[in-house]
Amino acid sequence: MGLDDILVSLFPFGHDVVVADDGLILGSGFFAAERLAEVVGLAKRTALGVEGALALAGRLLEILGRSPEGPILVLLDSDSQRMSKRDELLGLNEFLAHLAKALILADLNGIPTIGVLYGHTAAGAFIATALATRILVALPDAEPEVMDLPSMARITKLPLAVLQDKARDTPVFAPGLANLAQTGAVHKTWNPSESLSAQLQELLMQLDPGGDRRDILGRERNGRPKAAEIASRVEALARSYA
Amino acid sequence: MTEATLSPPLAGAPSLISWYEATARQRLAALLDPPSFDEFLGPDQREVSPHLPIFDLPEQFDDGMIVGRGLLDGCPVLVAAQEGRFMGGAFGEVHGAKLTGLLRAARDIPGVTVLILFDTGGVRLQEANAGELAIAEIMRAMIEARRAGTRVVGLIGGRAGCYGGGGLIAGCCSVLVVSEQGRISVSGPEVIETNRGVEEFDARDRALVWRTMGGKHRRLIGGADLFAGDSVDSFRAAAITAIQRAEPFSQDVLAAEQARLKERLSRFGACTDATEVWAALGIERPELVPAMVTDDFITLANSKQEAHRGAR
Repeated sequence: MGLDDILVSLFPFGHDVVVADDGLILGSGFFAAERLAEVVGLAKRTALGVEGALALAGRLLEILGRSPEGPILVLLDSDSQRMSKRDELLGLNEFLAHLAKALILADLNGIPTIGVLYGHTAAGAFIATALATRILVALPDAEPEVMDLPSMARITKLPLAVLQDKARDTPVFAPGLANLAQTGAVHKTWNPSESLSAQLQELLMQLDPGGDRRDILGRERNGRPKAAEIASRVEALARSYA
Repeated sequence: MTEATLSPPLAGAPSLISWYEATARQRLAALLDPPSFDEFLGPDQREVSPHLPIFDLPEQFDDGMIVGRGLLDGCPVLVAAQEGRFMGGAFGEVHGAKLTGLLRAARDIPGVTVLILFDTGGVRLQEANAGELAIAEIMRAMIEARRAGTRVVGLIGGRAGCYGGGGLIAGCCSVLVVSEQGRISVSGPEVIETNRGVEEFDARDRALVWRTMGGKHRRLIGGADLFAGDSVDSFRAAAITAIQRAEPFSQDVLAAEQARLKERLSRFGACTDATEVWAALGIERPELVPAMVTDDFITLANSKQEAHRGAR
């Protein structure tokens, strides 16, 4: 499902969302008669570098200043972080963290943030955008990954065939929507043949007010057997000293 | 990915131990007031990675992450330390969940400080999805804790540096202390070279790596707030100062950071090498910066780049 079709289905009451030359998605749209969603994101498999991260964070700050009802949607079809000497020289880690902080703060301020993964994403770009939202949904042809298998083979020094073989029964390291969903990263996959606006409204009505539950989701889906338990045991031990 | 796990005995007084050479446990023992360290879910609990056996890799009983509590200069702190000698200090499911749990508790303990001793290559690829998500959960828990008033101080100077998602977590801390050896970056040298070619970044050029990603450059551009020498003693003194500088997270802090990063892009965005950035900062002999001793460098850094309080 392409971005244009997604926007039409999400915003039956109109929108002004555009994709700029640098691949940034900016705008807003009416998903119901009088309900406006703010939209930020990355299109056309754009890599996220220092300028893009700062521009998206700047837009989020401007939105935060208006204290809208929300939601803020983060639409995503990106590459990984932009890999370059210049980006690292300028401190890319701070720019990506800054963008993630802006998204997390919006949610803490009571503006629901919803990631909509409709294409590719990877590594640092994934963490700074979709994984910093309150709820992440995907369309069925989304392609999230931490790292592609050939690069992983190079770094781990394992043959590609071995990794491909292990990827079949081990969701914890292999790329792909089903694997990320099983670990708890993706809450729900939307049905592209039904109204996305209706599915968004349904999601907003079901929003759980309490905290980050992705580790519990990962345990329920049998993708991350230990994270939730380890985190809650450490939390209890640390609290007992307070 | 794993380096030799046995470290040689370290000579001299604890305070003179090299931060770079020390193990995570040695750093903690010498950083905190003795004998105050108390570990949560220590090696005796044997909470190992459930995923490494799939790759026929050995587990470690603490999964390369040590969390607990202790005293620093008489003040109670929660601490987390990564062991860079195990799997390059990389974030896996158990490793990451320990830090998430610590930060979730810290949010509800008024006035507490969390110290994080980073030493990481980023996500552990053998459990990549769990590691990536752990980093996202840690960032979320850290911002929630900082917004509630918790101070989070990051200390960076270990063998593995602070790469990948570790760099993003570092970017969420209230205050960062870095030594010359502490490299902070998202894409590592080999990753850039592999993806973009040796013309973009020559990973074997160690001087290039240090001046682009190393602690001196990070301190000069404001990516780190305090510079420490490579001794546990120096890190301890810097950590005590750092705690006093930590500011809670808020919308004002985010706006100040936006201005700070925008200014950095406009001042240095056209530079192609760290030496050009240092020259643009007004350093008269930028080529001498890499060889400067710690005290001289701190004096220089303080005169050229003020620590940006309340903009992180």
